[in-house]
Amino acid sequence: MFRIIFASFLIFSGLFILGVATLGIFRFEAMLNRVHVAAKCDTLGALLVLSGLVVLSGLNVFSLKILLVIAFLWLTNPVATHLTARAEVRTNKNLDEICDFINLDENEGEKI
Amino acid sequence: MREDIKDLLNKFFNWIIGNGPRPENEILPPEPPPDLPFTRRNSGRKSRFHEASINERYNEWVELHGLHIFSSLYTWMSVLTCLVIILLLLITVTELPPFGDEHNPANNEVVLRYIKTGARETGAKNIVAGMILDYRAFDTFGESAVLFTAAVSVLMLLGASRRNRTCEKNIFKFGITSKSFLQRGPPLRVHIYRQDDMILRGIASISIPTILVMGCAIIINGHLTPGGGFSGGAVLSTALILAANAYGFDHVHYFFNERTFIFSSSGSLIIYALAKGYSFFTGANHIPSGIPTGTIGNILSGGLILPLNICVGIVVAGTLYSFYALFSEGDI
Repeated sequence: MFRIIFASFLIFSGLFILGVATLGIFRFEAMLNRVHVAAKCDTLGALLVLSGLVVLSGLNVFSLKILLVIAFLWLTNPVATHLTARAEVRTNKNLDEICDFINLDENEGEKI
Repeated sequence: MREDIKDLLNKFFNWIIGNGPRPENEILPPEPPPDLPFTRRNSGRKSRFHEASINERYNEWVELHGLHIFSSLYTWMSVLTCLVIILLLLITVTELPPFGDEHNPANNEVVLRYIKTGARETGAKNIVAGMILDYRAFDTFGESAVLFTAAVSVLMLLGASRRNRTCEKNIFKFGITSKSFLQRGPPLRVHIYRQDDMILRGIASISIPTILVMGCAIIINGHLTPGGGFSGGAVLSTALILAANAYGFDHVHYFFNERTFIFSSSGSLIIYALAKGYSFFTGANHIPSGIPTGTIGNILSGGLILPLNICVGIVVAGTLYSFYALFSEGDI
């Protein structure tokens, strides 16, 4: 019983995060903000839902597979987000109008 | 009445000769210099039908009236076409047999035969693999051939930039400056921001081997589990694309270039055609083909399904990767 409550808590919090992230994708206007929100969707939301499933099924081969899925999601999704944001920064010429730039080392004249 | 007709005729003849009302911005031919005595002189009035002025008036008409007529007609015609197609489709839907009926034409003896004797005849645990690679292998062969043909035609169409790049290399290497080499110009696409991304490289070094293992497993287990040549080939091609993105196309060229692509794809298609032609020939003539089906559930079972899956996987992986490489780099 305790296990079911804990698992449902995890799954529902994951669903909450997924819903908020979906709202945020439509709410924000700048591309970088949207990428920031969409990254939450696939990392934290999916992590919570899948860990809830692991708690539900207990320790067996199925939960091992789910843990592998979590590991690959956490490996790949931040990289995908990073590449999307980098492409946006490098190709958008009007980025200065949307957000402020901090040029960390001014000796190198290139952005990021 | 007669005067009116005379007036109209006069206007018409004047129009033909070129003495009609003059447009305001008519383009006249440049006047010849007056110094030369023997140059032929045309008065501006006579050469009214100068090409430029006609063209200009024609373009003006097209812009003012022609496009307007076309666009209004276009909307109406598109709406009409859509309505006709919708009507035809709805008529077709009403004549379809009811869903789930026992006597529908879909429920014929073919399905029964596939389900009952499919596993015994093909030796494949996965009925779908048994169908697409044994009963209907000719269809699958056509699909792979279509993929390969598409890749080859894209290679022909987008191969221009490749030639350009080799020209540039030659110029830099050997200092060739002959006209035929320089005429072709710079390469079509140049990646300005092709830099090494350390994060992507680190992740790619972990995930590329796992993706490759996954794709090979999907292909080899095609007759036992869901999957097969098409899906496994797609997974393999994602590994290739990831490698090209992380380490650059030059590194992928070490083990996969145009030569490898052409040889592996056409070779696997030829092997497919020969193997399937043999089994179709023997099957149609009721000769025992001598290909063992093995025990159902083993890796080495299913007769020709395993090698055919591998052939299809090679073709699909090469084709998808070459599409990506051609469209992003203009080169395999």
